[in-house]
Amino acid sequence: MIQMALAALKTQLKNFVQSMFDEGVLDSQFSQIQALQDSSNPNFVDEVITLFCTDAERIITELNKYLGYQSVDFSKLDTYVHQLKGSSSSIGAHRLKLACVNLRQASDDRSKEGCVRALNSITREYCLLRSKFQTLIQVTHDLIVFVIRMIGLKLSDIMVKTL
Amino acid sequence: MGMAAESQFHVLAVDDSIIDRKLIERLLKTSSYQVTTVDSGSKALEFLGLHEDDTTNPSTPCVSPNNHQEVEVNLVITDYCMPGMTGYDLLKKIKESSSLRDIPVVIMSSENVPSRISRCLEEGAEEFFLKPVRLSDLNKLRPHLMKTKSKDQHQKQEKQEEKSAFQSPKQQQQEKEEHQQQQQASNNKRKAIEEGLSPERTRPRYNGITTVV
Repeated sequence: MIQMALAALKTQLKNFVQSMFDEGVLDSQFSQIQALQDSSNPNFVDEVITLFCTDAERIITELNKYLGYQSVDFSKLDTYVHQLKGSSSSIGAHRLKLACVNLRQASDDRSKEGCVRALNSITREYCLLRSKFQTLIQVTHDLIVFVIRMIGLKLSDIMVKTL
Repeated sequence: MGMAAESQFHVLAVDDSIIDRKLIERLLKTSSYQVTTVDSGSKALEFLGLHEDDTTNPSTPCVSPNNHQEVEVNLVITDYCMPGMTGYDLLKKIKESSSLRDIPVVIMSSENVPSRISRCLEEGAEEFFLKPVRLSDLNKLRPHLMKTKSKDQHQKQEKQEEKSAFQSPKQQQQEKEEHQQQQQASNNKRKAIEEGLSPERTRPRYNGITTVV
């Protein structure tokens, strides 16, 4: 019973991550990050996601601010988009990265309208990504809590077979 | 853990992006390097013991007389696009410094601009990595680091020979013995590193929940 429940949870997690790859929300760079997590750094993915989200939100806030001015400072916009594009690329946030490319283009074209549209798209992609990351973290925690409870019930030999 | 710091290579990583600093630190540690990260070129120079303010007179060296760095840095890896001092500027400053020019410098960039790449290589960068940097890229660092290490030892040897010309035979003997002991110790440790026997590598990798994410 416990074995089945554990397997089901693991599959759910795996499928969820796979769906993010299939939809292009994440690319292979995210797998690289997963691969850097191990027993000596068990929270690495969590930490990177948290850092990324905090930074992305800061940048999106700045972009909104600068785009709100009567006279838009396009070079300032460009600096911020460049940062967000870089972070997106580093974490493997594929669609968000593409949305950044669009904003960069609109900024190069000095089109305020184009920039507003592109920023909306960035915001949408970021919100989608963040909610998926939250699900990912939640399911992983559920899995860990489940395992810890099983260890508490002294069923560690089942863990070894399952894992 | 278990290995003295002096036997590991020490890499200084420079990047204004907090995520990229985190990633490069993890990549470097996974490759068994000691790492220090800073978020700007000026902080990098500070760490290396170079002071920017002595730049008014072009004929005098723009370096504070500091040949003995507090901490030895064996390689600098830096992002290209940074506010203020770019990676290229940092590269130039390092190569212009008599005390630092032998430190290998690697540039990273998210943009594939051929002219940028050749400019950096011409200025003395050993490698140019496109971001996001992968573990496989870091394998290219080792030859540059090994080259520096043997050069360092050769220079130390020369200094020793100079010194012994002014020392009494007894002093010479004592110093020689000490040096040989250190040499032996660091050679053994370096061998261990080369064979990939870092403690982190030998720890078993669980196929556990922590690696599922």
